Amino acid sequence: MKYLDEYRDEHIVRALAARIHERVTRPWVLMEICGGQTHTIMRYGIDELLPKEVELVHGPGCPVCVTPVETVDKAIALALRSDTILVSYGDMLRVPGSEADLFRAKAAGGDVRLAYSPMEAVKIARANPGKKVVFLAIGFETTAPANAMAVYQAKREGLKNFFLLASHVLVPPAIRLLLTSPHNRVQGFIAPGHVCTVMGYREYERLSNDFHVPIVVGGFEPVDLLEAIRMLVTQLEAGEARVENEYVRSVSAEGNVAAQKIMLEVFTVTDQKWRGIGAIPMSGLKLSEAYAAFDADRVFGTDQISREEPKECISALVLQGLKKPFECSAFAVRCTPEHPLGAPMVSAEGACAAFYQYRRHSVAAHAGEPA
Amino acid sequence: MSIFSCALPLTTTETVLLGHGSGGKLSADLLRSIFLPALTNPVLERMDDQAVVEVAGIRVAFTTDSFVVNPLFFPGGDIGSLAVYGTVNDLVMGGARPLFLSAAFIIEEGLPLETLRRVVASMQSAAAAAGVQVVTGDTKVVEKGGADSLFINTSGLGVLRDGISLSADQARPGDSVIISGSIGDHGIAVMAQREGLEFETTISSDSAPLHTLVESMLSATTEIRCMRDPTRGGVSSTCNEIAARSGVGIELIERNLPVKEQVRGACEMLGLDPLYVANEGKLVAIVAPEVAQDLVCVMRGHPLGREAQIIGRVTGDNPGLVTLRSNIGTARIVDMLSGDQLPRIC
Repeated sequence: MKYLDEYRDEHIVRALAARIHERVTRPWVLMEICGGQTHTIMRYGIDELLPKEVELVHGPGCPVCVTPVETVDKAIALALRSDTILVSYGDMLRVPGSEADLFRAKAAGGDVRLAYSPMEAVKIARANPGKKVVFLAIGFETTAPANAMAVYQAKREGLKNFFLLASHVLVPPAIRLLLTSPHNRVQGFIAPGHVCTVMGYREYERLSNDFHVPIVVGGFEPVDLLEAIRMLVTQLEAGEARVENEYVRSVSAEGNVAAQKIMLEVFTVTDQKWRGIGAIPMSGLKLSEAYAAFDADRVFGTDQISREEPKECISALVLQGLKKPFECSAFAVRCTPEHPLGAPMVSAEGACAAFYQYRRHSVAAHAGEPA
Repeated sequence: MSIFSCALPLTTTETVLLGHGSGGKLSADLLRSIFLPALTNPVLERMDDQAVVEVAGIRVAFTTDSFVVNPLFFPGGDIGSLAVYGTVNDLVMGGARPLFLSAAFIIEEGLPLETLRRVVASMQSAAAAAGVQVVTGDTKVVEKGGADSLFINTSGLGVLRDGISLSADQARPGDSVIISGSIGDHGIAVMAQREGLEFETTISSDSAPLHTLVESMLSATTEIRCMRDPTRGGVSSTCNEIAARSGVGIELIERNLPVKEQVRGACEMLGLDPLYVANEGKLVAIVAPEVAQDLVCVMRGHPLGREAQIIGRVTGDNPGLVTLRSNIGTARIVDMLSGDQLPRIC
């Protein structure tokens, strides 16, 4: 397949891995932010190709994983009302809330529907004027513009039965939090290519300057990730710290300005809870005052629902890169994709699920290594 | 109602979930926890795609399958031909010669008769193509909303050839894994139709009866250990079942997996893995290594086996586990599907 096979080419992959081996002289800890990148690393075994000095830790960039328990509980409460249709991306259906998940809400009679795009939810609202249609809008800066567009469109059409249950998160404040933590081990970041396609990378230049840390915007194929790792290692070995862009075929410095505009039109930045991490100031998006009539939280009063985060699951440590999934005593024993203890085991992009799905046969070998 | 402070493991469910029908782990759970304990007997316990029983000295293969596909018509097939080929193929995978089918229809009130006529006409030509007769049937109509337009159940009866004993518990380390052609065509064809996705060329279902292909394979060698048609849950579920039943590992080679360009494209877009997508006219065969290459040549001489490939081998490592050797030389697990394969969101 054109524009894809080149980025999975065995010879290029091997050549890049060899160059990383040549360049490395000391141990380095790198974090890929995005769950899509974690998935590629696990699926293709990218970490197996790296020298032992390069340690990859898996960041908090799985949108499903960091969606707070209370958002799931709110969605379930809305789905179980007789006057609503709850529309969601497929990934969210199996995410455990505090007592159930959306699949069970569906089995219990809730009208829960799957969509690939928020515009499908607008269509459902149009076709069901007697029902209140709520779209569960989660994700990073990548999904925010499309969700904003759906609300914008609904307002233009004068739709009165379309609502957004929004739980949007922003990447740069999370990186800032990781870097200010006294426990931080991460020395270089692979920034998320899709987020930067929308937002550009100016915000990452500020982070790089403030903390003297190299950041490379990376893509999602094996060649992308190895090239990004090579660029990071090169900077680290030379004592440099700047933003570089590996994902040039998609990302520009300024990003997608039209998408940013519609986001700013519909959303405002707000404090946001992250599952497994806690509240991070100014790290989320909520509907702005002009669009308050579309805010499910305000219209249905679900903003009153609040939940404590799990105590037992170590996802907080995993999502901050302080522990590997297989270092959790529940991993693959009491916590599996069928019976997840916490969100990183649910989504295909979650670090625990990616480890479980692709690599648990080699976990014993990993576990023997010093951390 | 109490509020738990942790995202508790949802270890039990008191209701059936959609995932219980996916052919993956939840389906296996249902079998283990509900059906097998209540209905167990040595034939059922083999859990092959067909039961083999002896009646008056004749070994008979018997199987049943229900069809609930939505939409009823899709590129390359429809629920009628699918209901015939699906059951025929389940018989054929056991090495049986398919003879007779039953057909039961559960119809939702309001279904246009023209739709039913088209479906039954399709069954008629499918039965002729597969060399079977529909010899008994049943019709039930339920109120509007009681079913989704039309469900069909077919059962099939066939006779086993002498000396043939194929079963998923017979794979041995060293054996070769063969696929009869490109994977994922049926699932993607149906999904594309359902979701209104359009591609430059239409992706057609591979729905087809495999009796003559299997005939030629069984005539060519006696060293076939087991055959399965990788329908629901795809090649991954089939290989996982064989690995578990035989207590062996299976290593697939990514480079050797035949996947059509359009199917790969659609899978990339939808965030699916072709290994998990359903097929309706393909078979996976586990065969002795020394006959594998010749058998592939025989299969390629048949219209339904033209793209036959050796896609992997059975190993003694990691019993019960299926792994994939990727194009870049690394290994990963190909797990059994847990619940429905859902599209990713970013």
